[in-house]
Amino acid sequence: MTSGGMPLPMGQRPPSQRQESANLADILERVLDKGIVIAGDIRVNLLDIELLTIKIRLLVASVDKAREIGIDWWEHDPSLSSGRPDLAEENRRLRERIDALEAGRSAPRNARRSRAAERSPERQGDRDG
Amino acid sequence: MADALVYVYAVSVAELAGTDELSAVPGVDGAPVRVVADGRLTAVVSSVDPGRFGEEALRRNLEDLRWLENAARAHHGVVQAVGRHHPVAPVRLATIYVDDDGVRALLAAHAQRFEAALERVRGRVEWGVKGFAVARHDEEQQEPAPDLGPGAAYLMRKRAAGDRARLHHRLVRDAAEDAHRALTALAVASRRYPPQDPRLTGHRDEMVLNAAYLVEESASRQFRDAVERWDAAEVRLQLTGPWAPYSFAGLEDQ
Repeated sequence: MTSGGMPLPMGQRPPSQRQESANLADILERVLDKGIVIAGDIRVNLLDIELLTIKIRLLVASVDKAREIGIDWWEHDPSLSSGRPDLAEENRRLRERIDALEAGRSAPRNARRSRAAERSPERQGDRDG
Repeated sequence: MADALVYVYAVSVAELAGTDELSAVPGVDGAPVRVVADGRLTAVVSSVDPGRFGEEALRRNLEDLRWLENAARAHHGVVQAVGRHHPVAPVRLATIYVDDDGVRALLAAHAQRFEAALERVRGRVEWGVKGFAVARHDEEQQEPAPDLGPGAAYLMRKRAAGDRARLHHRLVRDAAEDAHRALTALAVASRRYPPQDPRLTGHRDEMVLNAAYLVEESASRQFRDAVERWDAAEVRLQLTGPWAPYSFAGLEDQ
């Protein structure tokens, strides 16, 4: 409870009253969208931040809840690969594979066959195509 | 640190400069918090590494969600610490100057508007209130059906259901307006924001009120009680705060 009408600093309020006061979405909304906007000496791209804010809000809301209603773009967004190194690695491997396949299509038959042999020596009898 | 940049959290009053209230408050990237004084104003700042806060690095770091969360929490922590005992005008995240002179020039250039903003919020705190529509269960009233064929009866039931939904929606909106009016009466100022997109917040219920209220510290308890005891069938209120006056300390005239 307050003393003399002065609001308690958030840390001193009992848990039931703290509610969402430490909620990241609310904090981000305030520090990114409210407060005084001054140019400063270092340029910051505001549009990027606003888009980022939306992404963050999606993430801080229940991820499961978002998935439920069909929002799962982060699972396909390579820019969120920090903390998901396997995704970036997977992308890299897929791109390499695509490059190799596309290069293979315009290469002479013999070269393709020998490349196929390199990849899977047990499948020597494969047709081209 | 060579050629450190200066990160600005907020602007406050001259009195802040004479205290050591901020000596234990962690700043962004763990940097210590200090002040830059000019006339009747004090800017709250940290010296930061250009390797992390220069334009390129900053752009990269802002895309890093973990870095951004830490920076946002630290930034907010400093703002709240200042606001605990002094009027404060929070500045947006990632406002950075090359040196202290730049910060002093900022204070000098906008001195009157900063001072006006600080006086506007002196002795006051911000409370956030969100209102959500209470989900209802449609109860079909069993009215004696006139002598209609099944098709017409079906259409009548559909229309009645639509009417009930529209009525409920209107009651919800009216309840939200009632709440906003009552809370505004307990505040010095209020500001309404568009409802947050449920796809962004994950809230299941429709948000019908999203507002900030600037309240005298002496009236804060009364305000909080009013929100927590709000009893309306159609709208559920949710309180956040107390916040430093992010919504009310702008440089534009209010």
